[in-house]
Amino acid sequence: MNFDYTFHWRPVIRKLPELLEASLVTLQISVLSMIIGIGIGLVLALLRMGGPKYLSWIATAWVETARNTPALFQLFFFSFGLGAFGLHLTPYFIVLAGLSFNNAGYLAENFRGGFQAVPDTQMRAARSLGMSATQAYTRIIIPQVFRIVYHPMTNQLVWAVLMSSLAMIVGFRELAGETQAQAFKTFRIFEYFAVTALIYYVMVKMILGISRLLSWRLFRY
Amino acid sequence: MIEIKELHKYFGALHVLKGIDLNVKKGEVLSIIGASGSGKSTLLYCINGLEAIQKGEVKVDGVSVHDKGTDLNKLRTKMGMVFQQWNSFPHLSALENVALAPRIVKGKSKSESREIARAQLEHVGLNDKIDVYPSALSGGQQQRLAIARALAMEPEYMLFDEATSALDPELVGEVLDTMRLLAEEGMTMICVTHEMGFARDVSDRVAYFHEGVMEEIGPPEQIFGKPESAHTAKFLANVR
Repeated sequence: MNFDYTFHWRPVIRKLPELLEASLVTLQISVLSMIIGIGIGLVLALLRMGGPKYLSWIATAWVETARNTPALFQLFFFSFGLGAFGLHLTPYFIVLAGLSFNNAGYLAENFRGGFQAVPDTQMRAARSLGMSATQAYTRIIIPQVFRIVYHPMTNQLVWAVLMSSLAMIVGFRELAGETQAQAFKTFRIFEYFAVTALIYYVMVKMILGISRLLSWRLFRY
Repeated sequence: MIEIKELHKYFGALHVLKGIDLNVKKGEVLSIIGASGSGKSTLLYCINGLEAIQKGEVKVDGVSVHDKGTDLNKLRTKMGMVFQQWNSFPHLSALENVALAPRIVKGKSKSESREIARAQLEHVGLNDKIDVYPSALSGGQQQRLAIARALAMEPEYMLFDEATSALDPELVGEVLDTMRLLAEEGMTMICVTHEMGFARDVSDRVAYFHEGVMEEIGPPEQIFGKPESAHTAKFLANVR
């Protein structure tokens, strides 16, 4: 096999500031989609565990769709799907909605598992000491659930960062979108995506590292 | 004083307590014995309102437990409960386990509640485990932690639900010793137990439960010496 491709890294290096700036956009939209996802996921989990029938059914449908269809298609729903009904979101909101939808679905199952993993007897013990239901939840149950879902939540953030690269397909200029735009200006496509892959790698490693440090501080038991 | 009148409890179609009448005076130690499923643990849960009742009444110091208007959270601070599964809070250190409820339920200051916790941990012999998390404690130590946690609320009554049943045999003694200590200090106690030695030596009265009915109640000499009920006699013959 003949290998006659010549690597040109300089155009990529020149555009590195743009790429790093775009990676901040990636981080920002991923974290935001996580915060929204945690909020909605918690509600979905509670609804699935004991909500009114219809709401619980909607929550189940949400979770099933988010977990069992391609994330890319979920993004398409918020762009072309809503577009077909005349509702046109900006690329930023398409990506934010798509990521949040997916995060909420996965996190809901993590939360549900977390709640089920805390024995009922913990609630009884708390109530027997005179704690109100709210006190028992906030002081006894939720801290234990949080510990159980902490690492799955970190994984979901990593997944959100990587999944956000799908944004380039709907024309949003986060890291992958920016890379694509720059790459096709210079046709140094391999070089651009190689460097970008490295940036993603470093970002994920940073998230995992920070998460681990934080867990040492948070959980001493 | 705890007054139980004509108490009936159902789990669905299952009639678990079939008209219990029982008074427990201040300072008294009552042991409840009987086979599994005889309703003795359920009675404890009814006394502190963790279970609803279908008929009858439970009064604690004159306050009806199952009355809609009753502030159960407040009433429960009078009654400490110790469970078969000791239920220590795994995310809190031993000290925090004990100090939490005095602070958030009774509104004591942080330093005051820690002082109370320290004193109660010493009371049950855990003064060297203050900063340890429950996962590093043995079953017997966790059960003593649970006793300290209940005592920190300065209850007037202590309810023990088979406090030693889930323990390894070699750990039973330390928990029974702690319970004996409380009895000597004059605590009012209702102990659902399978420890016949404890029931005989420590109790003022012993009640035998059989299929949701309080078959017999009396001083330990009567129950263990010459039981009036044939059921009681048969049960005791089997456990010995």
